[in-house]
Amino acid sequence: MATEAHEAAGAAGHSAGMPQLDVSTWGNQIFWLVVALVVIFLVLWRVALPRIGAVLAERSGTITNDLAAAEELKQKALAAEKAYNEALEKARVEAGRIVAEAKAEIQADLDKATAKADAEIAAKTAESEARIGEIRAGALESVTEVAKDTAKELVAALGGKADARSVTAAINARLKG
Amino acid sequence: MAETGFAIHPMDQFIVKRFFCDPAHADCTSNIGAFEITNVTVWMAATVLVIIALMVFGSRGRAIIPSRIQSVGEMIYGFIYKMVEDVTGHDGVKYFPFVMTLFLFVLFSNLLGLIPMSFTTTSHVAVTVTLALLVFLFVTILGLVRNGIGFLGMFWVSSAPLALRPVLAVIEVISYFVRPVSHSIRLAGNLMAGHAVMKVFAGFASMAVISPVAVGAVTAIYGLELLVAVVQAYVFTILTCVYLKDAVGGAHH
Repeated sequence: MATEAHEAAGAAGHSAGMPQLDVSTWGNQIFWLVVALVVIFLVLWRVALPRIGAVLAERSGTITNDLAAAEELKQKALAAEKAYNEALEKARVEAGRIVAEAKAEIQADLDKATAKADAEIAAKTAESEARIGEIRAGALESVTEVAKDTAKELVAALGGKADARSVTAAINARLKG
Repeated sequence: MAETGFAIHPMDQFIVKRFFCDPAHADCTSNIGAFEITNVTVWMAATVLVIIALMVFGSRGRAIIPSRIQSVGEMIYGFIYKMVEDVTGHDGVKYFPFVMTLFLFVLFSNLLGLIPMSFTTTSHVAVTVTLALLVFLFVTILGLVRNGIGFLGMFWVSSAPLALRPVLAVIEVISYFVRPVSHSIRLAGNLMAGHAVMKVFAGFASMAVISPVAVGAVTAIYGLELLVAVVQAYVFTILTCVYLKDAVGGAHH
């Protein structure tokens, strides 16, 4: 086909050189070029470019929104975690406080019981000491009595007439000494 | 011709001809009127349809999670948008549809031109010169409208010594007017050379002795041309942005 076209071209008296330089075809080429460019320009300017631009803008808007939403959710998750940790810490502190309170209560009871027992022991000790003192006093009195009697008897047996008062005084002085 | 093995006509693929025309019975290439349906018309229409399929039908779901085609459209959108914003600054963003139009047209014209038996509209200087002049006039008029006569200040290099400034001004003016030439010839030249080379190697493939090498070479060059098609579209677009910056970014140079 190309060969035939070439022959036709040759027959028509075209130069064997470049078809590009055949000025007779320029009008046709330029006319259709202008038509094509005008059509392309109008289609792009009126339809294609605004549409694609809108799609791109919408997409970048969607992506921005999604990123913002993700960021917000992340913040929420962090806040929830923080609240959880705070509650846990609070519970721990509360538990510690209750334990300390219980300990203090037990200690107080214990101290009270100890004090009571100490007091009882002290009372019993005092009572015992009182009785021991009593017994000792009784014994001492008995010793004095016996000593007086013995001394009187001794004085009498030795033939003296004992003056009861002086004997008693002498014995008291001796017992004190 | 075919029996000699050297009937290679690498430039035939660039011939503009009437589309609804049988070359066996009629002359399909002479006296083509401006409004006739030619192979140029058909392949430009294909470019337009591919662009609409990608950018309009691909994004019809307006999905937050894009389909594959929508994702490709979004990637191209983001790529060119960032390029316009980075090169021309914030003020240049309102010319993004203009730049996008040029990029998509050049990219898909280049890519569709790589389909075997197809026609590469961007390999024609008529097309690329029109594109480059469009950019040139747009930038010049925009610059004059936005900055008034101050736009001409970009030719007066105030950072250079005073004695050198007139010389630099002449060079700057020349380089400014050479822009559309280099802008257009670079694109057409790359596309035309690549396709012609491919055709030459494909012609060699009809010689049995070297055909394995030739087929391998065509494959390799096809891969290279795929790269060239994308890179040239990118280069054309980023140069457009650089020129646009002169008009938008004030009188700095």
